[in-house]
Amino acid sequence: MTSGTLSPGRARITARTLRTDKYWISPLLTVIGITAWITYATVRVFQQNYYWAAQGGDEAIRYLTPFYSPCISNGCIEGAAEWGTFLPDLWFIPYAALTLPFLFLFRFTCYYYRKAYYRSFWQSPTACAVNEPHKKYSGESRFPLLGQNSHRYFFYIAALISIINTIDAFHSFQSEDGSWGVGVGSIVLTANVILLWAYTASCHSCRHIMGGRLTNFSKHPLRYKGWTFVSKLNGKHQELAWTTLASLVVADFYVMAVAAGWITDFNTF
Amino acid sequence: MGYKAKFRVYRGDGEQGGLENYEVDVNEGEVVLDIIHRLQATQTPDLAVRWNCKAGKCGSCSAEVNGKPRLLCMTRMSTFDENETITVTPMRAFPVIRDLVTNVSFNYTKARQIPAFAPPTDIKAGDYRMQQIDVERSQEFRKCIECFLCQDTCHVVRDHEENKESFAGPRFFIRAAELDMHPLDARTDRKSFAKAEQGLGMCNITKCCTDVCPEHIKITDNAIIPMKERVVDTKYDPVVFIGKILRRKPRETGKI
Repeated sequence: MTSGTLSPGRARITARTLRTDKYWISPLLTVIGITAWITYATVRVFQQNYYWAAQGGDEAIRYLTPFYSPCISNGCIEGAAEWGTFLPDLWFIPYAALTLPFLFLFRFTCYYYRKAYYRSFWQSPTACAVNEPHKKYSGESRFPLLGQNSHRYFFYIAALISIINTIDAFHSFQSEDGSWGVGVGSIVLTANVILLWAYTASCHSCRHIMGGRLTNFSKHPLRYKGWTFVSKLNGKHQELAWTTLASLVVADFYVMAVAAGWITDFNTF
Repeated sequence: MGYKAKFRVYRGDGEQGGLENYEVDVNEGEVVLDIIHRLQATQTPDLAVRWNCKAGKCGSCSAEVNGKPRLLCMTRMSTFDENETITVTPMRAFPVIRDLVTNVSFNYTKARQIPAFAPPTDIKAGDYRMQQIDVERSQEFRKCIECFLCQDTCHVVRDHEENKESFAGPRFFIRAAELDMHPLDARTDRKSFAKAEQGLGMCNITKCCTDVCPEHIKITDNAIIPMKERVVDTKYDPVVFIGKILRRKPRETGKI
């Protein structure tokens, strides 16, 4: 090897790294976590069942899992399809096919997830001061990774989708006949929505749009306040990225369990 | 309580060299640089090491301790197990002059390429006024002590020597951000310079630069990503592009 850390003139050390700590644990956990989540989400998205909790027999509750929101397929159960149905009911078309690709792309182009999967899946680099296995590197300067620059558009779309999730959570407090109540499911869905908003608002693009692009904060005091708030959230972006993956699974699994009749939802309806 | 520590230290230059083993006394409260100095004093008087302040402020004693880019003067011996063999090497992204001393002139070449601060032409010298909230972001970047540990750990140049031509590295992205965010810098081409000349797009934001910074500058979150977003404003955002056409402004974002 005559390139990388053994390029001419550099220290004649052949080891890939001299690190003695367990630097490989973090990328390994990332691979396990992301793979498990994608597997679960893929199975659930194509399952096309147990997404509307009223299926469990309790007609009072109205819990829709975020993986099926908005439910716009002709196959959607009537109560779940609040936004109309116009997609054909085919096994390979998810019931929320209008939004899921954008949510995936929002996370795929997210600055935190980029760090996570570049390190763990692409090994570029596996960890700091650990030689990467690739012979050539052009980063995000060429197609297709040049597309990472579209992150802010997926942020705009994700914010709109969060509004839909918020409406779903709101409806979880209202029964079919219009009466108000609260159930474990409505609390789970609301907590999930709050976390989704926190993750979306903590996005680096949001921080830039809010005020990061300004040079003179003193001329834009409101935007400065907004930028300061988003900057604080942004400091927790990594934690929120993982917490929302967990909260999405918890919310979805809860709705599935109630819809399938595995558990009974405790509520005041 | 003192003890004898096992050390492996790189001896040699860029042509030939390797790790040599030593046993050396360690006293309570010492840092790795103290041990290197004791090696010089007792066993290897010709061991080359660059150092100056011993207080983590001059950025001279950058090296790698157990494979991690660190300042030798800020790495406490108490963080290691007494039975552990501690490996000290020069920074592996730069050519070695001798032993632990590297040639970091790559960084000075990149520094010279950045256009200097351009004072506003419509304000007389002495009349410059700035508010604290307008300069606080730039001030974070002024904490840089130019130890070049961020440059050393950045895989873009560490693992790819050929990228040194087109990639400036994290230390100079914070310089670009410092100037672009400066309320009195008159240049409006910092973003296009960062993209075209500094190779900002090659950074894949894996945050190693932030991880090793001894001044705890949030290089990635506060400089590189904001600069990437500013480049998106000028190069990839059609909404901004249409807005500028409607307002008849040049596409390169000026100061707002």
